[in-house]
Amino acid sequence: MTFRKYLVLAGVTVFGAAGDSVLSHGMKQVGNISIHDLPSLIFAVMNPYVAIGILLLLTFIVLNMTALSWADLTYVLPATSMGYVLLALSARFILHEQVSLTRWLGIVLISGGVGFIAGSPALTSHLHEEEKSPLLAAKDTARNGAPAPAHGTHAEEVVSSVVEP
Amino acid sequence: MKHAYIWGGILTIAFFSVVGDVLLARAMKQVGDVHALWRSAGLWTVVSRVASNPNIFMGVAAMTVAFFTLLFALSWGDLSLVAPAAASLTFIGNAFAAKIFLHEKVDRRRWIAAVLVAAGVALLAG
Repeated sequence: MTFRKYLVLAGVTVFGAAGDSVLSHGMKQVGNISIHDLPSLIFAVMNPYVAIGILLLLTFIVLNMTALSWADLTYVLPATSMGYVLLALSARFILHEQVSLTRWLGIVLISGGVGFIAGSPALTSHLHEEEKSPLLAAKDTARNGAPAPAHGTHAEEVVSSVVEP
Repeated sequence: MKHAYIWGGILTIAFFSVVGDVLLARAMKQVGDVHALWRSAGLWTVVSRVASNPNIFMGVAAMTVAFFTLLFALSWGDLSLVAPAAASLTFIGNAFAAKIFLHEKVDRRRWIAAVLVAAGVALLAG
């Protein structure tokens, strides 16, 4: 795990939590939308909070997919569940809302869960070779020290730039 | 009877959320490490590889079904029951599904993490 990867996980957490809360704030300003009046959804997007919320959530989706490209699902999900904790803490310290004892217990449990996976390997699954992209299969070959395929001169060039420091 | 509808809805939401998460995770593993790919082959390769992966679209479709089921379930049951129950079940379901379908090594540490987070989410959102 590099610093940049931790940064991506932090981004997933922050953008997810911020997107949810900004969008929900915006939708409360917009008010009820009836299922029979779907065109009013277009006007909802004109609300700046709704628009910013959607942008934040789009960033969340891109970062989440990036994280899933190099880490297990069972690593990314608990690691980014700190977003729930962030929401509760911001409710307490920014919005000065009352946070009940049950909710504090929830915060403790989630933080404990995140603590359990912190420091453990992020990736344990290995796709079958044929499912893997040729680029990454070549990268593995280079790592294992086996000779690169004879037809893979291009792959060799790529590998030299792909292998992480 | 209403209870059966609500819990049926919660299970359906959790099921399609798990399917969506697993398909998306599988798709991104097939795409490969985005950072490495971007550096070696450029952003366009990353985008085209993501856009041409059918698992991405099936995953998004499953998440869309989960989202609309949530909207329906909210018209039958309280937000304070439906949302945390579905989120908790999704965490546990994902641990099983990741072990079976993604061949992740879900060791004791990860089980405990999944259970703690699921319980925490239930308490926090309930």
